[in-house]
Amino acid sequence: MHNLDQIVQAASAAFAATDDPDALEQIKAIYLGKSGRITELLKGMAKLPPDERRAAGTAINRAKDAVESALNLRREAIREMALAARLAEEALDVTLPGRGQSRGGLHPVTRTLERIEALFHSIGFEVADGPEIEADFQNFTALNTPEDHPARSMHDTFYLQNESGGVADGVLLRTHTSPIQVRYMQAHVARHSDLATMPEIRVIAPGRVYRVDSDATHSPMFHQVEGLWIGENVSFADLKGVIGDFLRRFFESDDLQVRFRPSFFPFTEPSAEIDMAFTSGALKGRWLEIAGCGMVHPNVLRHVHIDPEKYSGFAFGMGPDRLTMLRYGVNDLRLFFDGDLRFLRQFA
Amino acid sequence: MKFSESWLRSFVDPVCSGRDFSHLLTMAGLEVEEEQAVAPAFSKVVVGHVLAVDKHPDADRLRVCRVDVGSGETLMIVCGAPNAEAGIKVPCALPGAELPGGFKIKVSKVRGVESFGMLCSARELGIAEDSDGLLLLTADAPVGEDIRRHLDLDDRLLTLKLTPNRADCLSLEGVAREVAALTGTPARLLDVEDAAVTISTQRAVVLDAPEACPRYCGRVIAGVDARATTPAWMQRRLARSGIRPISALVDITNYVMLEVGQPLHAFDNSRLEGAVHARMARPAEKITLLNEQTVEVQTDVLLITDDQRPVAMAGIMGDEASGITLATTEVFLESAFFEPKAIAGRTRRYGFVSDASHRFERGVDFGGTRRALERATRLVLDICGGRAGPVSEALANLPERRPVRVRPARVSRILGLPLTAERISELFIRLGLPFFREGEDFIVTPPSFRFDIEIEEDLIEEIVRLHGYENVPSPAPQAVLSMLPQTEETRPVSRIRHLLAECDYQEVINFAFVEEAWEADFAGNERPIRLANPIASQLSVMRSTLIGGLVANVASNLRRKQNRIRLFETGRCFFRDAQSGPVAGFHQPWKVTALAYGTALPEQWGCSARHVDFFDVKGDLERLLLPLAATFLKAVHPALHPGRSARVLVAGKAIGFVGELHPQWQQKYELPLAPVLFELDLDPVTMARLPHYTEVSRQPTVIRDLAIVVDHSLELKPLLEALAAHCPTIVRDIRLFDVYVGHGVEVGKKSLAFRIVMQDTQKTLLEAEVDAAMQQLVVYLQQAFAAKLRV
Repeated sequence: MHNLDQIVQAASAAFAATDDPDALEQIKAIYLGKSGRITELLKGMAKLPPDERRAAGTAINRAKDAVESALNLRREAIREMALAARLAEEALDVTLPGRGQSRGGLHPVTRTLERIEALFHSIGFEVADGPEIEADFQNFTALNTPEDHPARSMHDTFYLQNESGGVADGVLLRTHTSPIQVRYMQAHVARHSDLATMPEIRVIAPGRVYRVDSDATHSPMFHQVEGLWIGENVSFADLKGVIGDFLRRFFESDDLQVRFRPSFFPFTEPSAEIDMAFTSGALKGRWLEIAGCGMVHPNVLRHVHIDPEKYSGFAFGMGPDRLTMLRYGVNDLRLFFDGDLRFLRQFA
Repeated sequence: MKFSESWLRSFVDPVCSGRDFSHLLTMAGLEVEEEQAVAPAFSKVVVGHVLAVDKHPDADRLRVCRVDVGSGETLMIVCGAPNAEAGIKVPCALPGAELPGGFKIKVSKVRGVESFGMLCSARELGIAEDSDGLLLLTADAPVGEDIRRHLDLDDRLLTLKLTPNRADCLSLEGVAREVAALTGTPARLLDVEDAAVTISTQRAVVLDAPEACPRYCGRVIAGVDARATTPAWMQRRLARSGIRPISALVDITNYVMLEVGQPLHAFDNSRLEGAVHARMARPAEKITLLNEQTVEVQTDVLLITDDQRPVAMAGIMGDEASGITLATTEVFLESAFFEPKAIAGRTRRYGFVSDASHRFERGVDFGGTRRALERATRLVLDICGGRAGPVSEALANLPERRPVRVRPARVSRILGLPLTAERISELFIRLGLPFFREGEDFIVTPPSFRFDIEIEEDLIEEIVRLHGYENVPSPAPQAVLSMLPQTEETRPVSRIRHLLAECDYQEVINFAFVEEAWEADFAGNERPIRLANPIASQLSVMRSTLIGGLVANVASNLRRKQNRIRLFETGRCFFRDAQSGPVAGFHQPWKVTALAYGTALPEQWGCSARHVDFFDVKGDLERLLLPLAATFLKAVHPALHPGRSARVLVAGKAIGFVGELHPQWQQKYELPLAPVLFELDLDPVTMARLPHYTEVSRQPTVIRDLAIVVDHSLELKPLLEALAAHCPTIVRDIRLFDVYVGHGVEVGKKSLAFRIVMQDTQKTLLEAEVDAAMQQLVVYLQQAFAAKLRV
């Protein structure tokens, strides 16, 4: 049976010696073909004495199985090698950049406005909008700031020309978003005039505002977000609670201090200026003015037919440009209105 | 309001100081805008008396001074100052002194002569930017006194940013009153006694406009020396309040204004004729003011006149002719109350402000008119000498101070802070607000110096201000929960912005006021809405299109070496419109405008570079509008290439334009390539559609392609519309998939290839039905559009 082992070894060696599938099949024929060596051995069994046949048959078949299994292993190996070769050939430089269109981005102030809207939305504030060429009445008078009120000099107002070149009467570019308060309250009151108690007003109003002022820290056009909450029991403490909550959420930090200090706006009483300070970082400990606010003045409520004995509430106006600068470390307000892609792309 | 802290402390001197003191004021609503030491730190500088000056033996420019510093021995000090001379008193830094900047004084030899200190200039002490020579002190300066004490240099300058309601704090006494309320330290206000009347000279005063001037006091002081020197302490306090000392009489009026808040005016009595009147201006009346400005005043301006002519714009500024000079010997001193309404806003019209008008338009204490006059009289007599005549006073109806009711329950409700009646009463007492109780309620009568207390809320503010805003809790607020509307038939504007960003446009925010030329070029608007007071000519008209801003952004970014620029903006545009909107006469719709410039795709290795074209941007626009489908009609727009621009319609309504910038503007604005842009009304773009399910047919679809050759000028839209109207019912969809011009297609023609999708929703289509349908389309196209089948 020594011979059989040699045949198996020779076949295995011959299989292993080739990488080519066709050559492999030819080698197979040498051993397992019609006149292959194993086949011949099987044929030769007939000549053996019957008592040896059984043992010889078993031995030859075992050798045949061994050769077939060596063949199959080799076939598999060659297939795998071929696949590996193909895959290697098809390999890409995966570090090359992807193809196609890129993506733009939102303006950083828009980003801030969206976050402000989302935060206030989460406690039930709607978003309102109003005209930017505004009536003097809505911008000042209805906000308890009659003509010649000294508070008007706090706002350097842009006026428009009429068609004959003079100063147009009664209109201006809004100097703050507060007139939206007036418009929103008017509409709200009209909508719920049939109810004994009107639903609460909870609204914020972001937008562009205009003042005659232009230097490193002032832009003649900038943004404000007005907020208003009117209900039967809305207090100054609630105002403090909402603003504190907002600032901590906006900056995603409890590491900040918020203070309210007395101030004056004709349309709120009591009025406050809101300052905040970070407790760490580059601006640590510096009080930064964030917003003006206060309890809505009874005269303003009366103007829109809301009974100040029954309802009370607060209003605030904050500067999203400033908030954006603090949030993203922007140090020059003018960058916001310059359209410089190198700046804007950083906020994509 | 700027003043020196030491002056304030002469009225009220609480324990707290420095930053704590500033914080106290700020947190009470008197915001300390600036605090500044009068002098930097230095030590061991005293008043020195120069006894003798000798030449330095070895240096021409140096001298050797013998100086008495009150220590008993005379110091030899080498000095280079040109004004060093015997007899003067100057600051002297002793050995061991440390001057600003860390400069230490030691005994040392200067060119061989030992020097035991240094004589100082104002600059060397850090109290002036510049100085020539030694700082000369007054002759009565006590030798040896610490110079910081002598010149009151440990003082601080405080600048308050006062809100318009706090006119009562526009004086030292007013701030002192406030500090007293805040700290509980009692204020020592001026003890003003009536001056002795020693002459009978008197000038009549007449109120011709008593509603504007209900109180006018005046008196003559004769025999004054207008050239008298203002005392150093007064000059110092004025200077530290930011008021330049001028002459004794002027300084005194300014000083009393700062002390008590009452603006005063001093006339040269010899220049007045007859009685003094307070009356409204007459038409076309003119006055030349002390600031040398001549103004023609309107009839709502209150004037002070004599029997002949106007002598002052009341409460604002005196005229030149009647003003005091150094030659004046007789003054007529005015102290009056002018109604805020009669003064407010007047100076702004003429382009200036004055300290007097600033106070009067906010409200001056009408209870202190006469007291201020007596105070000023005292100072004039003390400083300039003279004899005072009796006070002439005219009085009409002073402002009423109506009692204000304060309900403790409402105080607590508005503040969200429970406060007891005892606490409220304590706070009112500290604020000096007189009140009595009526049941639970407080009835408060505001004092004459407060012009900001008219209603309960005003007093609630006073209460919480003094109680401390920081002592109000800040709980999480509670409210009734109800959900907000969430409509599906519109999209929020933020969605539009995000979609444009996804389409590779970067958002910008441009000014709403633009160059006038932009309106003409990009909107064909020759009559734009102009600003009456623009800050610059290139920001002078309100925009009616956002295109100008984006084109300018392209130009500026090109200068910054950016060459692929894709931008969008959403913003209001402004039109004159007689229709009544929220603001009559103006229509202010939102627009969304996007612009693409440069290559269609970012520069990259795998795609051949080509410039963005009309159809790229049109595709972005169509994507933005989905699921709404827009139609496009060739149309002319002033900003756009007439052959490459289209009006955009949605549901038959025009909502904007898309196109390539007109080559004329491309050239004018110096753009190497043509930008392609669209501008749409934002409102219709936010329209969306509530989806509604229709059943999906299970029958198979059959797809056939059809290529035809038509005239090159034939537009696709009418062809598709006609096909849609004439195609067999089994045709579900006709899609253009190729447009070809070139080899194999006759000149002047183009080949269009369509994919035809057919389906019968009820049964499987038969081959014959499909062939028949295709045949029908071909025949129709041949007849209607002279189309030839392309094979």
